Amino acid sequence: MRNPETILEVDDLRVYYATPQGDVKACDGVSFDLRSGEILGLVGESGSGKSTATGGVLRTIGSPGRIVSGTVTLDGEDILKYDDEKMRQTRWQKLSLIPQGAMNSLNPTMTISDQIADVIETHEGRQPADALRERIMTLFRRVGLPERIYSMYPHELSGGMKQRACIAMSIALDPLVIVADEATSALDVVVQRVVAQTMLKIKRELNVSFIMIGHDMGLMAQVVDRLAVMYSGQLLEIAAVRDMFARPAHPYSEILIESVPTLTERKPMKINEGITHDPRNPPSGCIFRLRCPHAMPVCSESRPDMVEVHPEQLVACHLWKKDENGSYVRQSV
Amino acid sequence: MSGGTTKAIPVEYLFNRLLTFFLTVFIAASIIWLIPRLSPIDPAEAMLGRMAAGAGFVENADQILADLRTQFGLDEPLWKQYLAYLKSLAVFDFGVSVANFPTPVAQMLAAALPWTIGLMIVSVVIAFIIGNAAGAFMAWQETPKTWKVVIPAAMIFTSIPPILSGLLLMWLFSAQLGWFPLTGSYGLFVTPGWNWEFIYSVIEHGALPALSIVVVTFGFWALGMRGLMTTVQSEDYVQLAKAKGLRPRYILYRYMIRNAILPQVTAFALKIGLLVTGQILVERIFSYNGMGKLIYDAILNQDFAVIQGASYVVILMTAASVLLVDLLYPFIDPRIRHGGGR
Repeated sequence: MRNPETILEVDDLRVYYATPQGDVKACDGVSFDLRSGEILGLVGESGSGKSTATGGVLRTIGSPGRIVSGTVTLDGEDILKYDDEKMRQTRWQKLSLIPQGAMNSLNPTMTISDQIADVIETHEGRQPADALRERIMTLFRRVGLPERIYSMYPHELSGGMKQRACIAMSIALDPLVIVADEATSALDVVVQRVVAQTMLKIKRELNVSFIMIGHDMGLMAQVVDRLAVMYSGQLLEIAAVRDMFARPAHPYSEILIESVPTLTERKPMKINEGITHDPRNPPSGCIFRLRCPHAMPVCSESRPDMVEVHPEQLVACHLWKKDENGSYVRQSV
Repeated sequence: MSGGTTKAIPVEYLFNRLLTFFLTVFIAASIIWLIPRLSPIDPAEAMLGRMAAGAGFVENADQILADLRTQFGLDEPLWKQYLAYLKSLAVFDFGVSVANFPTPVAQMLAAALPWTIGLMIVSVVIAFIIGNAAGAFMAWQETPKTWKVVIPAAMIFTSIPPILSGLLLMWLFSAQLGWFPLTGSYGLFVTPGWNWEFIYSVIEHGALPALSIVVVTFGFWALGMRGLMTTVQSEDYVQLAKAKGLRPRYILYRYMIRNAILPQVTAFALKIGLLVTGQILVERIFSYNGMGKLIYDAILNQDFAVIQGASYVVILMTAASVLLVDLLYPFIDPRIRHGGGR
């Protein structure tokens, strides 16, 4: 069932953090695929494991975290099986990152251009100075940065410019996949829009695939192609963004979408408590049942499987049952 | 990978910094003039006492006392003494030593200073380099396990007082192994001068005092550096550098040490000023003829002129090294600008 266009396939990825009171399963059996040239949004509240899941994909999980099991197939190869040196060489060439805090993600004692040059020269060897300079200038133009920042230091740039410098850096080696980890959350709304548009432009021009982590459902709706909803380390639903907003299949997705305010209507916040259970001791069965308005006895007995309830719309919820024709219908409670 | 923007030191900034430099020296010099004068000990009496102790009896004691006071200007009113003192500082004339009468203090300082500066600069620079390297490797995640055991173990010496570690080194390398001479600044039978024999003798004699200083002080730098490295290690830019697939050694050097070392450099500048006083006890046990020994003897002998002269040298060195760091810092940390303006 593997899609020929699939560029990245994550299967049953488990990342645990060791604590004295037991493991925290921050990413517990997450599976999704990323198709060539698409933006996949990963949403969920704080602590839902979005960054951990992509940290597993990028293999940047440090102690006390560890990747327990799963496969991450990038361009046909499982990168979790790579040794450290092979992984280091793969980084940025195939898999790059737009970091969460662009404010602190640039080395304060190096110029912007030096920090782009070092990644190019590490992976492609020594470059002629003129060609390197021209290549970096091209990257700047691509993300709308002025040439004068070439020999500037990070502290001389505004937050939005730093974020765009990070985007320029992320495309320096023409990667297959870029992970944008809350790339816009630290910026004001105007700059958020500019940065999001820059990412869309990059996607169109370079045909690169993005995994975009965020918690701003409004911004996500405008930028991403498909949306994956995470809750406490598990993926609850994944669907095209249109389908997700039109007919959310999981009760949690419903709540998330209903909470997006509109200009004409002020809605009461339906999410008010955050993740309530102790992550070291998650509830049996469905991870969401403690907060689910439709929780049933079966929900505490077994973890629901991810099933395709509509074409291209997968959900993990006991509300959906197969009828006599073999198609899934949602039970009314 | 080209460098950044070139910087020049603005004249106005330089002027301000120089003004601060002279003001610092002036205030500090005034304080060290004032402090001995608060002491109840009369240096003229103390000197006479020494003479009396040697001869058993001094004729015309009152007359000699008065003469001594006149000679050292102690009979003048305090404000006149103070003005004379300030004038003498400007021309580096600190009068004559009371203990080694009538050797000029300036001459004694000039004789002791090169020895201490030579010994201390070499040992302090070595300690700074080794200490920071050790600190960096203690914090670095890629450091081989064995090194992570060896380095902290080596720092045990930091908690041993320098006299004891000095004695230990003397026992081991001089008495037992006979590799280095026991004491002194150079051999008794070599002629001082720019000849190879003398230089060799100086290095041979300096090795153990230098080693004992390095062994005792590198832990200070190592512990500071380890803390700074641990902080830098969790910075976003180091995490991104790893995600970029840069080589671990390059990340260590260009992203981590380069940033972690900055506060250490400031601390180092302050240490440079203090190093002219030497490791007093180290110089003492190795009978090394440097500033430390000079100050030690001067304190024992109540030799005010020497103490004042030596303190003045310390003040000058501290203020000068702070000035130097102020002027150089913008070149090592691009976020710092001379005078704040663009």
